Amino acid sequence: MLSRWPAGALLKLGAVTLFLLRIFAQCLPALRYRREVVQQIYNAGARSLIIVMLCGLFIGMVLGLQGYDLLQRFGSESSLGVVAALGLIKELGPVVTALLFAGRAGTSLTSEIGLMRATDQLTAMEMMAVDPVRRVVAPRFIGGIIAVPLLTAIFSCIGIFGAQLVGVGLMGVESGSFWSQMQGSVQLSDVNEGLIKSICFGVACSLMAVYEGFHAEPTAAGVGLATTRTVVSSAVLTLVIDYMLTAAFL
Amino acid sequence: MNRSDLLVEVSDLDYAVDGRSIFQGLNLQAERGRITAIMGPSGTGKTTLLRLLMGAIHPQRGSIRFFGQDVVHLARGPLYALRRRVGMLFQNGALLTDLSVFENVAFPLREHLRLPEPLLRRLVLMKLQAVGLRGAAEMMPFSLSGGMARRVALARAIVMDPEVIIYDEPFVGLDPISMGVIVRLIQSLNQTLGITTLVVSHDVQEINAIAHQTYLLSEGAVVAAGTPDALRTAAAPVVNQFMNGLPDGPVPFHYPAPDYHRQLLQEGW
Repeated sequence: MLSRWPAGALLKLGAVTLFLLRIFAQCLPALRYRREVVQQIYNAGARSLIIVMLCGLFIGMVLGLQGYDLLQRFGSESSLGVVAALGLIKELGPVVTALLFAGRAGTSLTSEIGLMRATDQLTAMEMMAVDPVRRVVAPRFIGGIIAVPLLTAIFSCIGIFGAQLVGVGLMGVESGSFWSQMQGSVQLSDVNEGLIKSICFGVACSLMAVYEGFHAEPTAAGVGLATTRTVVSSAVLTLVIDYMLTAAFL
Repeated sequence: MNRSDLLVEVSDLDYAVDGRSIFQGLNLQAERGRITAIMGPSGTGKTTLLRLLMGAIHPQRGSIRFFGQDVVHLARGPLYALRRRVGMLFQNGALLTDLSVFENVAFPLREHLRLPEPLLRRLVLMKLQAVGLRGAAEMMPFSLSGGMARRVALARAIVMDPEVIIYDEPFVGLDPISMGVIVRLIQSLNQTLGITTLVVSHDVQEINAIAHQTYLLSEGAVVAAGTPDALRTAAAPVVNQFMNGLPDGPVPFHYPAPDYHRQLLQEGW
């Protein structure tokens, strides 16, 4: 069983890559379904907004507390704004948003497409000479890629607000130094790093969600398992890509 | 029979899944403009045969010709072009659950043609009128009964004015009224529009009422072929068992299993 594992993983990697190429080939034709793409941005993005904002706020507040505790040991608590902003923009924002997206929107995408498979809707499209990758998968994939960077930006902004709330409001860090040091230290390249990461995570999480749904076994248990696989593989993939991108940006 | 009259030709077809043989040396033909029925007990691979005909799966051996084209070796583009000439009614309707009845029927038109909205609307309403569901145009699929869903799926199958319609178990799970409606629709579509029809079913009475030619499948091959009348009077035991609904015979009641008594005695409490 263990000896089969590398071969199985390689096979799956190959299958996912081929599926990604198939989606890429259909992305341009899929843009004709403008309403569908907008609907998917709404489903994946707007409907994840509350959970992303809530998590962003609390993670920012925790960052404010921990950051203050650490920085005041060196007498540099005025740098709290820089620490919070860089931590959120470059790392926590993209990663946590991707994990939240996988759990909230990715599972929903997988189960939706999986149920379409189980109820013969995808087969019916194929028999009507309509490519389900173009009609169903590509709009959802595009929606995910657009939604994740937007959600990440909102997460980071709310997170910084949360850190400011705790650092300035609760711990007494001077508001002027909190914001001015942040302004002085955060570069455009830092924002770009976060943006590129969030786009890559959006591709990875959306890809795993649509792949697992499209290839789900057409049974209730099969769709359930596919949903679980989406969360696990999206989370692992996000963290692996995060390490690689962080190493590349250093 | 003129060769150009043949719309579907299946020759020497072998198909197996995971080493289990489904068809061995299957041969059958469907003539243009006629209703051809494919019958057989459950599990004989009738739906699998339809998937083979539509090029969704490929056989290990043999040829399938649809409109004179070799379906097995068609690339995606020509295969999709062929499928646009065929309407298919699925056993469960397979309606798109996030679209209304109207949009379900309009779906193939929106995908393949660029019609002005008023014309598209008229076409869809005409097809819904043909299946008696014009009044249900704005309903969603989840609020339809099984019979209504099947009729909507039929309207969708005919909206592109196909040359062939394939019905997969169209009578399963329908009440007598809905069944009568579907039988009448299949027959009238064939008679008035001359649409070639392939019906896969195990409902003997309904098929006998409408089919011009029937193939009876059993154990991966055609065991009898002919008009419904010829099949009714056929002497072959398997044909007799199926046509008269006998519970046991050449098609056994029991799925192959080890000896019953031995299995009961060997298993502990």
